[in-house]
Formats: sequence, structure tokens, C-alpha cells
Amino acid sequence: MTTAAKTKRDYSLVGESTRRAIETGLASAEWYHTDVPRKAMKELMQRSDGPAIRDTIVWLAAILGSAAGIVWFWGSWWVVPFLFVYGVLYGSSSDSRWHECGHGTAFRTRWMNDVVYHIASFMLMRNPVQWRWSHARHHTDTIIVGRDAEIAVMRPPDLLKAALAFTGILDFRYSLPTLVRQASGTLSEEEKSYIPEMEQRKAVIVARWHMAVYVATIAFAIALGSWIPLVLVGLPRLYGTWHMVTTGLLQHIGLADNVVDHRLNTRTVYMNPISRFIYWNMNYHVEHHMFPMVPYHALPRLHELIKHDLPEPNPSMWHAYREVWPVLLRQLKYEDFYLKRELPPTARPYRGEFHEVDISAAAE
Amino acid sequence: MADWVEACAVNDVEEEDVIRFDHGGRTFAIYRSPDDEFFATDGYCTHEKAHLADGLVMDDIIECPKHNGRFNYKTGAAKGAPVCVNLATYPVKVEAGKVMIQV
Repeated sequence: MTTAAKTKRDYSLVGESTRRAIETGLASAEWYHTDVPRKAMKELMQRSDGPAIRDTIVWLAAILGSAAGIVWFWGSWWVVPFLFVYGVLYGSSSDSRWHECGHGTAFRTRWMNDVVYHIASFMLMRNPVQWRWSHARHHTDTIIVGRDAEIAVMRPPDLLKAALAFTGILDFRYSLPTLVRQASGTLSEEEKSYIPEMEQRKAVIVARWHMAVYVATIAFAIALGSWIPLVLVGLPRLYGTWHMVTTGLLQHIGLADNVVDHRLNTRTVYMNPISRFIYWNMNYHVEHHMFPMVPYHALPRLHELIKHDLPEPNPSMWHAYREVWPVLLRQLKYEDFYLKRELPPTARPYRGEFHEVDISAAAE
Repeated sequence: MADWVEACAVNDVEEEDVIRFDHGGRTFAIYRSPDDEFFATDGYCTHEKAHLADGLVMDDIIECPKHNGRFNYKTGAAKGAPVCVNLATYPVKVEAGKVMIQV
């Protein structure tokens, strides 16, 4: 196999890979799309406030209910199930709310998207201005090395880091100091590479607001002589993040990089209804990347419409992790190695000549 | 002096929808509003090179299919991140069932 890494990938957004991606046309490229008739796509793209209002009422009620349970049962073992539920709602489901409302597709009404987007960004310790732009870049240059700011597992994979991600420790260690730095008025060169100049001041101001709330929470905890305020605000980013990582890692892990076909670098996984509620249907991830205008509640219909042209979805999260594990192990030695998922006979074939990736380096 | 060119027939565009029109090496987007008026803008989003004709028209807003950036297609005004730069608009008239734009 001729898969030994030629050069190490440079994941910096202002480095050698960035230069090459721009030079070779991988940056801001034209991506493959499954053909969908305009009439059908228009129907799928239609916005509605109803489903997201319903889901948000359930979401907020569950958050407040489980928070009340934490306060009520604090000091006894009965608090554990409430911590479990609250943690996942705060530390994991906020990611999908951040994501969908950031796209502006969850609600039809713009201010509703914006309100939930800002609440969820705070829960995630994400600067809402910075992350809006980083996610736009992620959609322009999905898993293009040197361009995509949201590559969760780089090559060769750091498996310890990936395992620690489930605890939220690494994210916490990155997110909090980042907010502190931004609140002090400093944006990194990488952040400046994707946040337009006219938006950079906003990023600093919003970081200051987030920090003010954390400082107030710490002061409140000290005044009360109790951990409860911190358990409810901030710390769920640690103890409740595991579901976000479990579902989110599967979006792209082990698949191709530097390609312009989402079927090669993105994964759709069938999931149970609870995970789909927490994740707001982002398990249909190939579909989402191909057509980001389609709201989360219409993704199952989009999936039915285009699945003939996509790789067979993984039937479960367990199946997907079992499939990708040997690929990650192989990537420790050969970082060009990746998983190429097989297309059904009804699909239009992959066109390797349009990608920089070495198709022969694939496991199928 | 800008020329009037025929972009499409009135019936080529559904109400509250948009189509693409290419002319002279440029691409435009032709809109039909819910109240049956026609408008024209540049065809590409000002944020990145995506055809607005693949996007979604909602009232007087066109949403880009790539990053969901929104513009008022009547005025060209950018309506917030990730679009910051306004869209160029073009005069439109309807004559004998044809949509004409001045380019």
C-alpha cells in the first residue's frame, strides 16, 4: 500500500495547507450535489416556527425541571439522575440548538433563531460571533485541511485526546481561556482569518458579556457557600458534554479529507429518537451538508428523497464506531488512510480526479 | 447607457420564487414577490460564490443556499452575518409577458 504520509498535515488556518488549498482550488470549491427538483427542494426548505417552538418548550421545560430536581435533591444520591438529564440538555443538546439556529433554519422567525442561538452559545462557552463565522467556513471548506476550523479529529488521530473529549475537559480548557482572551480584546490570527474585520469588535463585546455572567455565577456561589450555581451554570459543559461528542464525532471521523463531495467526508447514522431529539436530526449529516437550507425537521424527508445517491447510512452509532475504529488505528501509522463508504448502484459515482485525495488510500 | 434585456417570461418564475438568468458572462437572479412584482439582483451571494437562485425566497428576503445569508432582494440590503456586503440590484419592467432587466 502506498499510503505512507507524504507530508504531515498542517491544520493551522494560516499555514502551508491553507496556501495549498487556495492554490489548488480546494478552498471555496464547487461541491457535488445530488440532483433534487426545484419544486421538491422548495418544499423541503420551507420554514415554520411550529416544530421548533414545540421542541424548545419541551427543551426549556426539561432544563428547568431537572435544574429544580438538582436544587431539591442536592446532598442526596437522588440528585444523580437529575444531573444526568440536566447535564445532557445543557452540555449536549445546546450544540444542536446552536447549530440549527446559527443556520437560521430552526425557526422561520429570525429573532427566535437569534435568541436560542445566543442562549445555546453561552451554554457551550462558544463566542457566538466567532463560531458563526467558523461554521460558515466549515460549510464552505468541509474537512479541507488548512481551511476548516472545525475538524474534530485531525490526522494522525490523537486517541487520548479523542477519549478525553467525552469528558469535556479539553473543550473546557480551550473554551474558557479563549473567552477570557477574547474578553480582554485579543483575537488570534486564526480567528481573524475567518471573522471579517467589521465583526471582530462584536466578538470581543459578546465575550465580555459571557465572562460577566460567569463572574456573577462564581460570586453567587461564594455568597451562598454552595456549589449549586456552578453545577447549574458552567460545569455542565464538563459533565454533560458526552452525548454531543458521541454523536458529533461521527459526523466526519475516519472519512476522507480534502475532497469536494460530502458523500466522501461526511456520515449519516440512524439514531434512536431520544438522541435525535437531543441532536435535532443532525444524524442526517450528509444531507445537512449538501443542503444546509433544509430545516432539521425536514431532514428525514430529504434523506428519503436522496438516499439512492448516498452511501448506506450506518444503522447505529455502535455500528459506526465499530466501523471507524480500525481506520483510526491504521491512521496512526498511515495518516492518508481513510474510510471510503460504498455507494449503492443507483448513485452517481465518486469522481476521484476532482479531489486531491489518493483514492487508493481508502478502506471500503 | 445600460441596456434592457429580456430575462425570462413572466410565467417562468413562480410567486415567491427566484430563477437564474445568465447574460454577457454574468449571472443574475430574477425574483417574483408574493405580491406579484418582479425584481433582479446579482446572481451570486456577496459572501461566497453561491447561486442565489438555488436559495429560498421568503416574503422580501432571499436566503443563500450555502450559508443561509439573507438579503432583501428588493433593496439588496444584507440582513446580517454571514453576509455583510449588499447585493447589487437592477431595474426591472414587464412588457408583453416578458421580464426585462436593465444591465
